[in-house]
Amino acid sequence: MGGYILRRVLSTLPVLAIVAVLVFLMLRLTPSDPAAIIAGDYASSEQIEGIRERLGLNEPILKQFIIWIGGVLQGDFGESFFYKKQVAELIGERLEPTLSLSLITILLVVLIAVPLGVIAAHNHGTWIDRFVMGFSVLGFSIPVFVVGYILIYIFAVTLDWLPVQGYQRIRDGVGGWLLRLVLPAMTLSVVFIAFIARMTRTSVLEVLNEDYIRTARAKGQTEIKVLVRHALANAAVPILTIIGLTVAILIGGVVVTESVYTLPGLGLLTVDAVLARDYPTIQAVILLFSFAYVLINLLVDVAYTFLDPRIRY
Amino acid sequence: MQEVLTGMTEPVLSVRNLTVRLPRGADRENAIEGISFDIGPREIVCIVGESGSGKSVTAQAVMGLLPKRDLVVTGGETLLQGEDTTKATIHRLRALRGTRMGMIFQEPMTALNPVQRVGQQIAEVLEIHTNLSAAEQRQRVLDIMHAVKLPDPELMIDAYPHQLSGGQRQRIMIAAALILDPALLIADEPTTALDVTTQAQILKLIKEMQSRRNTGVMFITHDFGVVSEIADRVVVMQHGRVVEQGTRDEVLRRPREAYTKMLVAAVPSLVPPKRSPVEGKLALEAKQLSKIYGKRTFFNRKARIVKAAQNVNFHIRKGETLGIVGESGSGKTTVARCIARLIEPSEGEIVVDGVNVAHLAERDLRPYRRDIQIVFQDPYRSLNPRRTVGQSIVEGPINFGMTHEKAQQKARELMGLVGLSSDALDRYPHQFSGGQRQRICIARALAMGPTLLIADEAVSALDVSVQAQVLELLDSIRKQFDLAVLFITHDLRVAAQICDRIAVMKNGVVVEHGTTTDVFRNPQHEYTKALFDAAPGRDFGAQQSVA
Repeated sequence: MGGYILRRVLSTLPVLAIVAVLVFLMLRLTPSDPAAIIAGDYASSEQIEGIRERLGLNEPILKQFIIWIGGVLQGDFGESFFYKKQVAELIGERLEPTLSLSLITILLVVLIAVPLGVIAAHNHGTWIDRFVMGFSVLGFSIPVFVVGYILIYIFAVTLDWLPVQGYQRIRDGVGGWLLRLVLPAMTLSVVFIAFIARMTRTSVLEVLNEDYIRTARAKGQTEIKVLVRHALANAAVPILTIIGLTVAILIGGVVVTESVYTLPGLGLLTVDAVLARDYPTIQAVILLFSFAYVLINLLVDVAYTFLDPRIRY
Repeated sequence: MQEVLTGMTEPVLSVRNLTVRLPRGADRENAIEGISFDIGPREIVCIVGESGSGKSVTAQAVMGLLPKRDLVVTGGETLLQGEDTTKATIHRLRALRGTRMGMIFQEPMTALNPVQRVGQQIAEVLEIHTNLSAAEQRQRVLDIMHAVKLPDPELMIDAYPHQLSGGQRQRIMIAAALILDPALLIADEPTTALDVTTQAQILKLIKEMQSRRNTGVMFITHDFGVVSEIADRVVVMQHGRVVEQGTRDEVLRRPREAYTKMLVAAVPSLVPPKRSPVEGKLALEAKQLSKIYGKRTFFNRKARIVKAAQNVNFHIRKGETLGIVGESGSGKTTVARCIARLIEPSEGEIVVDGVNVAHLAERDLRPYRRDIQIVFQDPYRSLNPRRTVGQSIVEGPINFGMTHEKAQQKARELMGLVGLSSDALDRYPHQFSGGQRQRICIARALAMGPTLLIADEAVSALDVSVQAQVLELLDSIRKQFDLAVLFITHDLRVAAQICDRIAVMKNGVVVEHGTTTDVFRNPQHEYTKALFDAAPGRDFGAQQSVA
């Protein structure tokens, strides 16, 4: 097991290397010039050239890459063109809102979707089942931004229960922090609740036909324990796989949600960095996202062994 | 025994006029109709019948485990020590399950929760029905594991089901069912999925446990060998009705009803009939055939090596049937797959028409593909459900260049040959019964005009009466087409009846090889002897062939 994890971690290195090369190249192959954007509309070409020189953009691409990757290997992601700050510091500041939002969303998704799916499976073919499934079709048919604005309209504008936008750091009060995250998390979670509830229902339904479910009932076990201890425990592996994917997709989803709710997280940082052609920041954020993907997959694979003793690495 | 029959003891279970309705659109109105029987303490009552006779529905009705929406008890009662379980509330039923009635099932592989430790699964019964502390529970579990003779309970209690053998898992099931000493044990085909030697041990265990604990046993089976081994009384069911019931000897030796007579007569005897040696041309020869899975490499020096088949030698003549007999994991199916070149053997030769086909590349192999055809065990899964029977049959010949019209013509002839009408060609597999599907599979194989037919457990999934018919069909096409047949089976009775020669396999090695008569009359190898000793109801078989 230890050896397996070590091998998996090592195998992420080539993936990250490829991502690094691709991101670096793609940014430089797109027709746009960060120096011109930084210099502004009224700059002379000498000024722009000066900025290029300062940023090291006039070097050959290969040399730029070597300089950058050399820095990354020492933990130095360079300085942001736009914010004039170390990229590492910039990301550190933006990490909290994004992590908070992702965690709360995932928590919300798991706590709602899994029980919903189990209830639907247990009441297979009844109106409860059809209601849950109907909701789930609705849930992943509506785009995230539409859900976002509808929720803002209902809970923030009409009812005035929750703040419309903004973020409060966790050290300035947990209550305010949570209150400001409720709406974005709800928005983000709808699609995933719909999706995971459906997956859970399918997995549990399949398992409910297994012989050991009948065995458990023949022992006199109550229905709730049959469902949780025997059915859900066996349906857990596919459900966990989907939850893992969800976390990965979530990271992509925060770009939109953070824009809608103006949360100062990594999503918003990415959007701003792209608009400003802030190469070092874009490169670092994308590397970070890729690393997160790989890490989540690893965690899911390791978690399998706890959920199903037949899986051994 | 006698006192039970004369009513001196209250029966533990009394089924009275029980009727269970099938959902609308089924082939008959009721799954079971007005059935009645009693089970006394310390009595084993075998419910015998073919598939669809309503045996399992009866068991589920007693346990209150019928699927609510599909099967409904519409009449009668099931009195468990005087209490009608069909009218009990769900809470009362849960209280009775595990304490007064326990149940074990056919497939020990799937009847245990794969992600829970086996000790926990036994303890679950205690957790539901008693207030014992965790330590007390563990002790009780260890005790019962000792009682069902599981090796090393202290270690095994924390094992997961996949780490145990089939027999061990069935012992776990028995332990869980009997830990609270229920008055009634319902065993639904509990040994059908097990090898004969394991089956013999489990039967012995059930008998021992029930007589020590005064348990009444409702034992559901389709196997008359098993019936003759353990039954005190027998209830014969057909199409949801009780056809006949009586003591074991009454039903097995002096059956009154025609259906029972037919069932008993359909059981193949363990005594092989006289057969003269086949002198035909050599159809196939296997020399030093081996199949080894897994490979140790420099990076993976601890890789597991499985020798699935080792140095297997045999030959089959035209018009001859060679049986390969063995338990699960003996390598018999591996050999069949090598012969059909579904897999490539690791070493050795397979000689067909003087050519060694063992290591030919797929392209060079093609001409030989039609010479060797297989009929598989499960007729429900070996036909593509989305294609008509006709499409399945003509596919092979057309692939080998036959015109569509000619292939259709041939398919129609073959349908007649296997005893089906030619309009069956336009129908889909699900519209046929298991026996009919197996006939279709045989027709499909014959359409290719093979010289060798491999029957891999081809009759094992069929009811005895249907089994007898399919065996007869196999034998007649062998004669008609001068076919060589490689017959893979775990069933000694079937092997005795159809094979000219027999090879007994164990752990990938052929331990004994000879004519069927010699092997059955005078087995040489220890393993062969053990196998024959374990065959349930040997006396029943012997008595059969004399009659």
